[in-house]
Amino acid sequence: MNDMTQPELMHGHHGPAQGITRWLYTTNHKDIGTLYLWFSFAMFLIGGCMALVIRSELFQPGLQLVQPEFFNQMTTMHGLIMVFGAVMPAFVGLANWMIPLMVGAPDMALPRMNNLGFWILPFAFAMLLSTLLMEGGGPNFGWTFYAPLSTTYAPPSVTFFIFSVHMMGISSIMGAINVIATILNMRAPGMTMMKMPLFVWTWLITAFLLIAVMPVLAGVITMMLMDIHFGTSFFDAGGGGDPVLFQHLFWFFGHPEVYIMILPAFGIISHIVPTFSRKRLFGYASMVYATASIALLSFVVWAHHMFTVGLPLAGELFFMYSTMLIAVPTGVKVFNWVSTMFRGAISFETPMLFAIGFIVLFTIGGFSGLMLAISPADFQYHDTYFVVAHFHYVLVPGAVFSIIAGAYYWLPKWTGHMYNERLGQWHFWLSMIGVNLTFFPMHFIGLAGMPRRIPDYALQFADFNMIASIGGFMFGFSQLLFLYIVIKCIKGGEKAEAKPWEGAEGLEWQVASPAPYHTFAQPPRID
Amino acid sequence: MDTLRDIGGRPHAQGLPCKAFVLLLWAPPSISFADWELNMPVGVTEISESVYSLHMTIFWICVVIALIVFGIMFWSIFHHRKSKGAKPAEFHESTTVEIIWTIIPLLILVGMAVPATATLRQMYDTSEAEVDIQITGYQWKWRYQYLNEEIDFFSNLSTPKEQIQNQAEKTDTYLLEVDNPLVLPVGKKVRFLLTSNDVIHSWWIPDFAVKKDAIPGFINEAWTKIDKPGTYRGQCAELCGKDHGFMPIVVVAMNDNDYSAWVAQQQAAKQAKAASAEKEWTLAELMTKGEQVYNTACAACHQANGMGIPGAFPALKGSVMATQDKAAHINIVLNGKAGTAMAAYGGQFDAVDLAAVITYERNAWGNDTKEMVTPQEIKQARGQ
Repeated sequence: MNDMTQPELMHGHHGPAQGITRWLYTTNHKDIGTLYLWFSFAMFLIGGCMALVIRSELFQPGLQLVQPEFFNQMTTMHGLIMVFGAVMPAFVGLANWMIPLMVGAPDMALPRMNNLGFWILPFAFAMLLSTLLMEGGGPNFGWTFYAPLSTTYAPPSVTFFIFSVHMMGISSIMGAINVIATILNMRAPGMTMMKMPLFVWTWLITAFLLIAVMPVLAGVITMMLMDIHFGTSFFDAGGGGDPVLFQHLFWFFGHPEVYIMILPAFGIISHIVPTFSRKRLFGYASMVYATASIALLSFVVWAHHMFTVGLPLAGELFFMYSTMLIAVPTGVKVFNWVSTMFRGAISFETPMLFAIGFIVLFTIGGFSGLMLAISPADFQYHDTYFVVAHFHYVLVPGAVFSIIAGAYYWLPKWTGHMYNERLGQWHFWLSMIGVNLTFFPMHFIGLAGMPRRIPDYALQFADFNMIASIGGFMFGFSQLLFLYIVIKCIKGGEKAEAKPWEGAEGLEWQVASPAPYHTFAQPPRID
Repeated sequence: MDTLRDIGGRPHAQGLPCKAFVLLLWAPPSISFADWELNMPVGVTEISESVYSLHMTIFWICVVIALIVFGIMFWSIFHHRKSKGAKPAEFHESTTVEIIWTIIPLLILVGMAVPATATLRQMYDTSEAEVDIQITGYQWKWRYQYLNEEIDFFSNLSTPKEQIQNQAEKTDTYLLEVDNPLVLPVGKKVRFLLTSNDVIHSWWIPDFAVKKDAIPGFINEAWTKIDKPGTYRGQCAELCGKDHGFMPIVVVAMNDNDYSAWVAQQQAAKQAKAASAEKEWTLAELMTKGEQVYNTACAACHQANGMGIPGAFPALKGSVMATQDKAAHINIVLNGKAGTAMAAYGGQFDAVDLAAVITYERNAWGNDTKEMVTPQEIKQARGQ
């Protein structure tokens, strides 16, 4: 055991409370991190089931299982749940667990707010899910909820949808404030900003993005609420408003939002690749600057989601150029990871496999993103399965793979046990094959002309849709293996050392495995 | 009318290297690949060809970068693995290399932006059009108004319900066929003025590389100039509610003579229809016509059996509106109901169609009011 954790052992620290109150009242960053992670996994499974409903209906042309109105509810809820319920809370969970350990802080800066931030979420999502049972059905206007489909033409449950998104937004903002307060105030002495681990850096930047854009989302859904119930006409041309205003506001939130879902992933990968390459991360400083540039650029590219709404030519050109620019810092990151692996001594434990999968498939998603940036070509890609393929490549083998990689990487630290490596490898290969079978054919059907969000399609799209559906089921069921591996690891297994990975660096590996309930009561010193 | 070309026969670049590349990756040996669409259509306009070439250029740029980056990565994976006894190197930064791999992508992007900008400028030049067509999106159909020829009609999905519900065999044009296609002349610049009556729709024909949103209360412009006669198919591209997947777009492009003949025929049909408003209609005639109109305009929401969808669209069968207050019934059909999905149909149909559909709703599904609404009553209600 490292001497840094000695003080709390000698003082006989108190452990967690027993029973349900441990989880309800907890202010411990590790407990709250665990809550976030389990919650996000539950949402991942629920959102995944909705994806499987979608893929089942699309297995063959014709309407077989569900009616179009329910299909639209499934696409909408799948998107909302995966974005707000699965990916974002998973990253907040990882932040809760790892940021205090990485900066040598005893806990998050605002522990009670931390508790509240988490406990809002189950209520928000229970309410969102309950709309499926309401008269008229749940939200059916896509996760981007464009007005006036989501206002004048929405089912009555839209009001519950607005309320639950408000709650999610409040939770996210609280989480973000907490991350910023922790990182800026509670770093161990000697840990200057440019010595911070990259997961901490990327989360710091993400937190600023969250604080900047969540209020915009809150604003736009409030305007919807006003249009629906209080007679305003923000998004109704009949009263002097503009439906396109909705899209500008939504994507001013929405584009930074997609980076909120990928920047922490960059951080995780930047830990795992050096560890298993046994070589320092190449270009630490440029990684930080690239992350910051991506974050700044994310505020000036939003209208590339709206190339077909009839922007003026100058606007179209501006957003095309600014979007293309994002390829530069993103490229720097990929080059840095590859250079880290270059002339390393690489081994291929499960976290590394998922990290390599991330780099390859995220880059493919980046390439299709670059293609989508070319505005004239986007007139053909826009709102087709090509777009669906693109954002699933950056979100599933992108964000989700990074979360899974992080989970395998830190499981020994969380549980004190090693996970089953053979099963982990199985999980990786099943996921890798499943995800590509699902999403790669979508590029083809998109280019061939299949619009997104349709419950039935013309015959020439049939074969690739069938392949995608088979892949979807394969990927979905592989995640049950992940659940099994994690539970098995919690219950027992080979004892993990404080530093189970030979090449790992960072303060989190200096505390015991499993990490004691309280760590760093005395801050460590960084040289 | 020119030959109807099926979907599989759309002009595509033959023998694309990308196709071959993908074949290598996927090739299940027993499946014929000929019908598997893999790439964007080249299309039949100058713009669509430019767009296709931009698409292929950026695609190949990505492929080359991918080969280099992934090549180095997999080379490292095979040669610098610990199990082969690799010893990690010490280096972890190089300003020179970092500058190089920032500058080179930047130059590639500039190179890509130049042709993209040129094509975009061309796409935005809607001046000097010879034919002007207003396209209006409705839930869930398209309306085409020829502004100079005074032709005005709706275009509905014509795929039978039985095919969608798997009770009949699906044809080659499944979900991509309509009752009244948009007819355009080839070789002339056609300007589209797009708007919507309800939610946002998006009008898209891949072969023209035209996709533009139809936004309620605003008018967007787009244009095309078709090189070859033929039938071109597309779909609504913006989620617009329940039947978003069921509002296809079909364009029939004709040479000049055929097009002029078609225009003349449409105008004659229009005059004949206007005359029919004056004749005396019987209940049975109105019911027959009303059922047709109901199925194209009303059944999507209120359902063919008049039962509606609970919570979303009210039932008409046995409703107060359709069995009692006739004036209110006429009013809601003509003027719609603000704040709901019920659109104003007064401007969409002529007096005969409106009279017929209201009569139908008041007598179908056991509503049996035995009341008839005549075209003259509709004209009165409109204040004509």
